[in-house]
Formats: sequence, structure tokens, C-alpha cells
Amino acid sequence: MMKEGVKYTGVPSAEELEQIPGIAGEARFEEGPVAVIECVQEIPCNPCEKACPFGAIAVGQPITNLPVLDEAKCTGCGSCLAKCPGLAIFLVHKNYTEATALVEFPFEYLPLPKAGDTVACGGRDGAYVCDGRVVKVNQNKAFDGTTLVSVEVPKKYYMTVRTICRKGRA
Amino acid sequence: MRVTKHPILPEEAPCDVTIYVDGKEIPAKAGEPIAAALLAAGIRVFRKTAKKGYPRGIFCGIGRCTDCVMTVDGQPNVRTCVTPVRAGMKVETQIGLGRWAEQA
Amino acid sequence: MRKVQVIVIGAGPAGLAACIEIAKAGGKAVLIDENGKPGGQLFKQIHKFFGSREHRAGVRGYNIGNQLLKETEDLGVEVFLDSPVYGLFRHPEGILVSYMHEGRERGLVGEKVILATGAAENALTFPGGTLPGVMGAGCAQTMINVNRVLPGEKIIMVGSGNVGLIVSYQLMQAGADVLALIEAAPSIGGYGVHAGKIRRAGVPILVGHTIKRVIGREQVEAVEIVALDEKFREIPGTEQTVACDTVCIAVGLTPLTELAWMAGCEFAFIPALGGHIPIHDGDMATTVAGLYVAGDIAGAEEASTAMEEGRLAGIAASEALGLYGPATAAPLKEAVWTRMDALRTGPFGQKRYEAKAQMLEIAKGGKQ
Repeated sequence: MMKEGVKYTGVPSAEELEQIPGIAGEARFEEGPVAVIECVQEIPCNPCEKACPFGAIAVGQPITNLPVLDEAKCTGCGSCLAKCPGLAIFLVHKNYTEATALVEFPFEYLPLPKAGDTVACGGRDGAYVCDGRVVKVNQNKAFDGTTLVSVEVPKKYYMTVRTICRKGRA
Repeated sequence: MRVTKHPILPEEAPCDVTIYVDGKEIPAKAGEPIAAALLAAGIRVFRKTAKKGYPRGIFCGIGRCTDCVMTVDGQPNVRTCVTPVRAGMKVETQIGLGRWAEQA
Repeated sequence: MRKVQVIVIGAGPAGLAACIEIAKAGGKAVLIDENGKPGGQLFKQIHKFFGSREHRAGVRGYNIGNQLLKETEDLGVEVFLDSPVYGLFRHPEGILVSYMHEGRERGLVGEKVILATGAAENALTFPGGTLPGVMGAGCAQTMINVNRVLPGEKIIMVGSGNVGLIVSYQLMQAGADVLALIEAAPSIGGYGVHAGKIRRAGVPILVGHTIKRVIGREQVEAVEIVALDEKFREIPGTEQTVACDTVCIAVGLTPLTELAWMAGCEFAFIPALGGHIPIHDGDMATTVAGLYVAGDIAGAEEASTAMEEGRLAGIAASEALGLYGPATAAPLKEAVWTRMDALRTGPFGQKRYEAKAQMLEIAKGGKQ
């Protein structure tokens, strides 16, 4: 009965994510860390474009265009994550190790986890997906208050884990 | 409840004055809206309506709706959401339209 | 009585931007605001703004506010705070603005006056809706972001426009527990990215639901919510009771237009902009000579459009005063319109674009 899609649930559906130009092809994920821009709606917004030092993100005119990721130019540096006002950009390193992936996401809550912590990791709907190990808690004045958290999770969850579960809500 | 630690905003200074709400001492910050000090102390009922005595508290927060009015230092109908706290202020739950305090 | 070139009423983003433009044109602006601090609703916006670089995208609202304040200070704009304006009257030399200051009635005559008084939140009527603990979402936002006080701990948010979505997020940042966001319409009104943030925090978004009543004696203790059908009628048997202590209402804004009414402005009813709006043309000029509007008073939109409309009104008033010739003013105004049009595009901006286009038609003498 519940309709799917970001307009009905706030969570982009699998179809919506397949159709957007901000996500690289499967092969690129095998090559190393890459930005994942989960921007699915046309809103006037383009800070991501100027954020990339390698010119890998294009929005152009009108500024409602969905950002296009040039997967060849993207080095996975993560400069774009803290710049997106919608907190919709993630950094995914599918082959962090043989068994695990590394997912980095913007986080603006307290308490902050600490590197080395084991945390409950959640999906786009906040529900529990798996336990993960916090690898890095990245804070930088240039991020203007947004913290970037990296968690190591079982590899199969590289496109599922997008957050740490908020206490008691998962 | 006061929000001391915040993920984005800088740390806040502690309370520096005392005000009196229905005779009870409440910590507050000089200059903050009276309503903020009350909410921080867990006080949400600011007045009772004239006819049926129903409880009322803050609604709009920008001085437009007048739901938050209380008697302050003897003056009734003071909008607590836009009136700043002063040390020693006397704030009273207002019943109905309130009454001017008797001048000594 | 003292006379000045321009009086700007309301020191929010629109008013501040207007003063900056007037000062840049070499004019003298006096800014009057009823609050103790300038900035309007800008300082409680702690999230990063959208738009493009010229719209200061990526910058947090309060930092944009600080930038605007600094510019007005550097340009020597005169600011009267704690000065509620209670009247606009006709005057042979312009418009007489009556205001309170330090307990006394005062007056100032402006050759031109710009009204930038903003908008206020709508209330929703339901049993228990007057109980302490039911408040506007903007009120909660002021409390947490400006006063650093949590107005409650277990929150139900009503309304899925950007205000409801953003304030839910900010309530969680302040340490509150947002139990659910409910929306009467069948879909979410605000940006998907805002909704996505609160979904990632585990907040359920219940579209097609509304509040039936709030339960409590002295304050909110629980809400009863109910599902709606496609005709917005309650579906019997779908009631759920949720224990909570706060209900935040985010169901739209209505422009604060009393001064425009008083001054004799003609109005048009445009629901997409929030209701009765003072008719204004492409220069933000109303039907009363010398009186302009800018920002949410001219239609509830966003801070970025408010700043642009403030700029436009400031430039237009400067031109009307002879501070700019038409050849100088025209490209300045066009640049503002280009930026505003860019903000009013896409599935979210399109309705506002059409509403403002309708307003321009009405101003030209078209049908309402």
C-alpha cells in the first residue's frame, strides 16, 4: 500500500538510484574509492560542482540539473562530502579489504563515535543493517561543522550502509 | 532543558542571573527571552484563560500570537517570547487578563 | 519631523539586503525592527543553504546573516532596534512611519518605504491544539538554535514541507527524540534530501496521516493520529495513539501584511504564496506610491529569494530617488531577476515561479 520512492518515503528507491548520473558503474567500484552522489531530485543547488578539485562533478545550467559524476576523473578524495547541503554524497571503497568495504558518510549529531568503536550501521531508512568498525572520524574546519565518519562493514553492504543507527530507533 | 553540547553550534555560556517564577528561583541568562528560561526549567504553562481556566503556553515564538503572555514585574500581558530576562525579574502565571500590581 | 530617503521596515534577510543596495547606490537608509537583534529568521537557520555560489550556497544560514550584518554595519546603515512600527500614514513628503522606541511614539518620514516584515507560521485547529507543548515548528527552531533550550523531548512533527523536515533534523541535533513526522497529503512536500536525513535517523514519515486530537490535561501527553483517504477524509479504525510531550506544527506561513493593509495597498489572493499578498510589480513596488515590499511579505518562499527581492526593492527605490539612472539600474535589476528565476526552477520552484508570474500579470492590470 505504501508507495516507494523519495517523494513518498524520503528514501530513494532502487529504480531512482539506478536512473541518476551521480553513481558510477559497477566496474568503477572495483577500482578504488569513489564518490556516490545520491541526489535524485532537481533542486537549484550546485556546491558539489565547485567542490571537486578534479572537475569530476558537473551540474552546469540550469543549476537544477542532477550532478553528473565522471567516474574516470573521480579519485575518491572525499572533498565533496562535506560540501553537499543535502548531506547526500557518500564515499565508498568497495575493496577496502578482501572481506570488507569502507563507507564514509556525513554526520552531524552528538555523540560522535570514536575510531575503533563498533557501531550499529543503518541503511537509507535508518534500519539496522550490520555492525561496523569506525575507522575514522574526520573533522576539519573546512567542513564547517559536518563530521565525516568512515565505517568498515562486510563488503556486500557497500551500497546499503549509509549511517550509524540513532540510539534506540533502528 | 538547556542544550549545552551541540554538533554545530559553539558552546554556550552558563546561566548568570536569577529570576522568580511564581516565587520560585529559576536560573536564567540575562537577555534571553523569558520564555526560554521557563522552558529550560521545564515550565510550560504560562497562563490560564479567563473563562474556563485552560492552560496556555508558547506557540509562535516571534511575538505575534500572544499565547505566551504572563505578568512580569507587576505588568500583565507581557509577551514572554520576545521580552528579555533581567536579573531579579518577577514572573507570574497570569490568570485571565491579569491585573496590574498594586503600586505601594 | 525627520525625513530620510528610504525607511526599511524589518531587518531580516530582505530588509538587510535592501539597505545594502541603497547604501551602495549612495542613498541613506534607516532600518527599523521590532526585535532586539536584526536578522529576522536567518539566525536560527543552522543548516547549509542550497542554490549557487551567488546565493551563498553551502554556507550555514547564520553565517549568511553575519555576512549581511557586517555589510550593513560597514556601509553605515542606521538601525533602530526594539522599535515596533505601528502605522504607515500618508504625508506630503512621502510616507510617515510611526513606531515605538523606548516607550514613546515616534515618527519618521521616508520618501520611499520598503516593507520587509516577513511571515508568521500558521496554526492548525484540532482538539487539544491549545495545550502547552503544541507550538509552531519555527518556535521550536528559535528555542533550540538561538536560545539553546529544548522545548520538549518527545516530538511529533506535523507537516513535511522543508520547515517540518529541517526542524525535525535540528531537534534531533539538539538532543530531542522526534517520534514521527506526519503529513496529510499523500506525498512529502519538501526536499527528498531533507527527508532522507531524518529517515536515516530512523524517524518514520507518515504521509496520508493527520492529527485527530492532542491528549493531555495541563500539557501535551499524547497525540491521536489517523490515516486519510485520497479525499483527505479520516479513515475510521486507523487511529493510533502515540505518547509524546510536544507537537510542532509546520503547515505553512502567512505573510505579515498589516502595515500594507493600513497603507491602502491593493491585494491579490494567491494560495501558492501564502494567501493575501500585496500586489507588486517587477520592481517590488506596491499600488501605493513610494511603498515597496520584499521577502516573505510578498510571498512565503525562502531566505535566498528574500535577499534577492530585498536587493531588487533597494535598487528600484534608489532608481526612483534618482540615485541610479535607468541605464545603470536596468542591468542590476535584470541580474537579480536572473538569480531569482534560477531559484524558482525545478519541481519545487516551478509553482512559485508561476505564482510570481501571476502576480506580475495582476500588477500590470490583468485579472486576479
